Amino acid sequence: MDIVKILAIAGSATLLFMVLELIRRGRLKERYSLLWLFSGIVLLVLSLSRSLLEYFSQLIGIFYPPSLLFLIAFVFLLLITLHFSAVISGLSEKNKRLTQDIALLHQAVEELKQSSTEQVKSLDE
Amino acid sequence: MPNNKLPRVVLIFPMNKILIIVPAYNEEESLHGVIQDLRSHVPQADILVVDDGSGDRTATVARQSGVKLASLSFNLGIGGAMQTGFQYARTKGYDIAIQFDGDGQHLAAEIGILLDKLQKGTADIVIGSRFLDRGDYRPSFFRRIGISIFSTVLSTIIGIPVTDTTSGFRAVNRRVIEFFSCVYPEDYPEVESLVLLHRAGMTIAEAPVHMRDRTGGRSSITPIRSAYYMVKVLLAVFVDLLKK
Repeated sequence: MDIVKILAIAGSATLLFMVLELIRRGRLKERYSLLWLFSGIVLLVLSLSRSLLEYFSQLIGIFYPPSLLFLIAFVFLLLITLHFSAVISGLSEKNKRLTQDIALLHQAVEELKQSSTEQVKSLDE
Repeated sequence: MPNNKLPRVVLIFPMNKILIIVPAYNEEESLHGVIQDLRSHVPQADILVVDDGSGDRTATVARQSGVKLASLSFNLGIGGAMQTGFQYARTKGYDIAIQFDGDGQHLAAEIGILLDKLQKGTADIVIGSRFLDRGDYRPSFFRRIGISIFSTVLSTIIGIPVTDTTSGFRAVNRRVIEFFSCVYPEDYPEVESLVLLHRAGMTIAEAPVHMRDRTGGRSSITPIRSAYYMVKVLLAVFVDLLKK
């Protein structure tokens, strides 16, 4: 077994383990972990099976098979960050709505306070 | 000042509920004057100040003046602030909403010009334009280029000429209030909101107005921001066109 293979297996196994552990502890929600899980599994399978790695490398014309692992990892990272940008956009929209709702609720409370003090005053007279 | 010659806005719409939305970000110096100006010229309208997470006494000034106040917990930008105003107008059943900036550059006496045009019912939104027929506003060279680019792009998209695309002095009817309380662009909403309105089938019109120099505070416009502004707005407009 060459060093590259050992490193690749260790790296992808660690990644997969960390993702699973985060999910198990409830630190990572399932919907945000799918891409991570998927990339960990694909990398681990390709690290374990040299023949599979060589097959896919030849298919797309990569001369040094382990660099396919880099390519796959890179593509997954791109997808994950893109996914995050979409998630953040959604969050910032919700954040905006919440802020607006709070401001309008405050305004409603102020108006209620005013009308109730006016009612008390008119009752006193 | 030309506003002294203009008559007080009398009750043109006895049955229409009018809300003036004043977005204000760090405008403690000018806000009081703006509110007085509005009260003396448009007494029949309600005033809502939207404090956009100001760090100064903007909210306090508004509260002391006795106007309605919606205070945002942090700075959302002019788009988020204006949308808060439209949401208020929608839930409280206002027929007309007017955007009137808190920095004192608009003249309350000219609100009647916008209302007149809106009342005719041929437009859903009336924009106060600095460039229609009266020419006392002289922008710098670069601003003029920017303004003419926006104007050309927007007029092409909408199909009718719009001279002052970035004007923050606008009057809208109930249809637009309902539309804007759901959909309103965030960062630099003026140009983009017109494209959205056009695509929603609303009619846009302009009316000639004046603008004053700022009475206090500081403008948020710098050369770098202007360039960013141009790119961002044009991008947003084209993205809007691609959306279904």
